Amino acid sequence: MSEAIPSAALAPVIAVAAPRSVTEETPLTRNVLIGVAVAFLGLFLLLPLAVVFTEAMAKGAGAFFATFEEPDARAAIRLTLIVAAIVVPLNALFGVCAAWAISKFSFPGKSVLITLIDLPFSVSPVVSGLVYVLVFGSQGLLGPTFAAYGIQVVFAIPGIVLATIFVTFPFVARELIPLMQEQGTVEEEAALTLGASGFRTFLTVTLPNIKWGLLYGVLLANARAMGEFGAVSVVSGHIRGLTNTIPLQVEILYNEYNIVSAFALASLLAGLALVTLGFKTLLEWRYAGQIAGRRRH
Amino acid sequence: MEIRIERVEKDFGDYPALRDVNLTIAPGELVALLGPSGSGKTTLLRAIAGLSNPDRGRILFDSEDATTLSVQERRVGFVFQNYALFKHLTVADNIAYGLKVRPRRSRPSRAEIAARAAELLEFVQLDGLGARYPAQLSGGQRQRVALARALAIEPRVLLLDEPFGALDARVRKDLRRWLREVHRQTGLTTVFVTHDQDEAMELADRVVVLDKGRIEQIGTPDELYDRPASPFVLSFVGEALALPVQVADGKVIFQGKELHVSSENLRNGPARVYFRPADIALHGGQIGALEGRVEAVRRTAAGLRASISIPGYDQTVEVDTVDRAGTTLGSSVPLSLNNVRIFSTAAEETLGDGAGI
Repeated sequence: MSEAIPSAALAPVIAVAAPRSVTEETPLTRNVLIGVAVAFLGLFLLLPLAVVFTEAMAKGAGAFFATFEEPDARAAIRLTLIVAAIVVPLNALFGVCAAWAISKFSFPGKSVLITLIDLPFSVSPVVSGLVYVLVFGSQGLLGPTFAAYGIQVVFAIPGIVLATIFVTFPFVARELIPLMQEQGTVEEEAALTLGASGFRTFLTVTLPNIKWGLLYGVLLANARAMGEFGAVSVVSGHIRGLTNTIPLQVEILYNEYNIVSAFALASLLAGLALVTLGFKTLLEWRYAGQIAGRRRH
Repeated sequence: MEIRIERVEKDFGDYPALRDVNLTIAPGELVALLGPSGSGKTTLLRAIAGLSNPDRGRILFDSEDATTLSVQERRVGFVFQNYALFKHLTVADNIAYGLKVRPRRSRPSRAEIAARAAELLEFVQLDGLGARYPAQLSGGQRQRVALARALAIEPRVLLLDEPFGALDARVRKDLRRWLREVHRQTGLTTVFVTHDQDEAMELADRVVVLDKGRIEQIGTPDELYDRPASPFVLSFVGEALALPVQVADGKVIFQGKELHVSSENLRNGPARVYFRPADIALHGGQIGALEGRVEAVRRTAAGLRASISIPGYDQTVEVDTVDRAGTTLGSSVPLSLNNVRIFSTAAEETLGDGAGI
C-alpha cells in the first residue's frame, strides 16, 4: 500500500487490467471465437437446413404437397414408421436390460459387453449393413436356411429392421448405464425388504427413477432409426414402394433430378430433427438431474 | 423374536468379510454391531436381513432357518444408511409401500392402508407431512420416514444400518433418545450398526465388537469398559494408552524397572500395559518405577493439566492435577497407574488384572 511508486504511472495499467478476471479473454479474442463458432454453425447447419426448406417450396406449396400424394413416397413414409415402431421399443427393452445388467451386477465379461454396446458408434454403417448381407443374404451364412422357410431377410423389411437395430442400439443403453450406476441398488433393496417382488420393484422403483433418461434415449434412437441411410441402403435393395425408407427415397428422387420432391421428403426428416431437438432441449432443461446425457454431451 | 447366528462366514473374493460369527440375540433385545469400517458389521446386518447370504453357517429366526428364506419372506424392517426413500413417492406413499405391494389376498383395503400410514406418521411425529416428497424433508425427518416405512410391514426384527451416520450432532442426540423410546414401545428385537462407540454404548443393551470379520467381544457396555477382552476392544471402546513392557518370570519390566502390576497367566516376552488416560495420575510420594518429565502445564477450569513425557514411551500423556508445586516445568514426577490390563504382544493373550502400582 505504502510503496513509493508514482501512482500516476500505474493508474492506466490498473484501469485496463483490473476489471478482467484471469480466466477471461480480451474482447477481441472473445469476439473472434464467438464469430467463428457462429459462422461455422451457420454455414454447415443453418444454411443447409434453410436450403432444404426453400428448395422444397421452390415450386410452391402445391408441388410440395403433391410429393406426399406419390404412392412411392407414401410407401417410404409408411416403411420408415413401421421400422421405427419395431426398432425403438426393441431398443428400449434391450437398453434397459443391458443397463440393468451392467450397472447392478458384476460378472465376467462386463467390460467386453460395454465395449460391444459402443461398437455401432465406431463401425461404419455401410460395413454393418454389409455384414447383414453376408450373414442373411442368399449366398450368406444363414440366408439359405431362412430362405428354406420362405423368409427373406435381405432386400426386405426384416433386413432393414435388423440393420436399424444395429445402428441404434447404443442410444438407450448408453443413456441409462451412467444413470443407473449413479443411482445404485439401494432403493431396490429397500423395496425388496418391504416385500415387493423383483418385477414389482422394477415397475414401482426402478422405472420411475429412469423414465426421463429412458425417454431421452428413445428420442435419440428414434431420430437415428428414421434417418439412417448407410446400413439400410446396403440391405434394402432399393425396391420402390417396397423397401425404400424416406432417406433412400430422397436419394432416388434426387438422382432423378426430381429436386422438389427430394427436398420435400427431406424436409420431413429435417422437421423430425427439429422436433427431436426441441424435445431434447425440453427434457434437458426440465429433468437435467435425471438425464445422464446432459452431463455427457 | 430371537435371532441366532451360527458359524456364519462370508468371503468377498479373497477377502474374509465374516469369520466364524456366533451370536444369539434375545427377543426384544437392542444390540449394537460396533466396529471400524471393513470390520464386517454391515455385512452381518445384511446377512440377517437376507440382502446377502452367508457362504457358510446359518441364521435362525426363533427356530426357523432364515437362510432358506428370501428377503421378502423374512419380513425384516431395514433402515438403510442413507434412508433409501423412494424419491418419486410422497412420504405417505413411501410408508404405505410395503402394504401396497402385498399380494391381493393379504393386502389391506385402500382405506386401511391410508389409516395405517397416517397412524405411523403420527408415531414418528411427522403428522401433516404425508404429502411432501423426501427431497423436501430434513435429514432427521427422512430418518423418521425410513423408520415408519420399515415398521409399516409389522416386521419381526428391526435392523438399522448406521442410523445416525448422516446427521449433525444435535439431531443425532435427539434421535438416539427417540430410537430408544421406539424400541421400548414396539418391543422389537433391534440390531443396529455403528462405528461410533458412544452411540453403541449409550443405546444398546449389548454391544458386539467386530474387527476384520471376527467378533472380538460381546458384552454389555459395562463389561466392555471394565473387562475388555482384547487390546482391540480396549482401544476401540474409549481411548487407551499402551506402555511397551517385558514380562519375565511374573515380573513386568518397563525401562529396566519393575512395575508392580499383577502378571498372572502371562508368558515371558514382550507385552503391553494398557490403561485409560484417566487412570494415570501424579502420585505424591517418592519417585517409583514410573516417572515422567513435565513438558507443559496449562490451566483448565478444574485445575491444571500437565503434559508429561515418559522415557521409553513415544507419546506424551495428559494428567489432571491441582498441585501446582509438584508440576514445575522440566521436573521429574512420579506417576501411578490404575486399572491397567496387560496383553502379550506376541499372541495377544490375557491377562493381568486391574491392580495398581
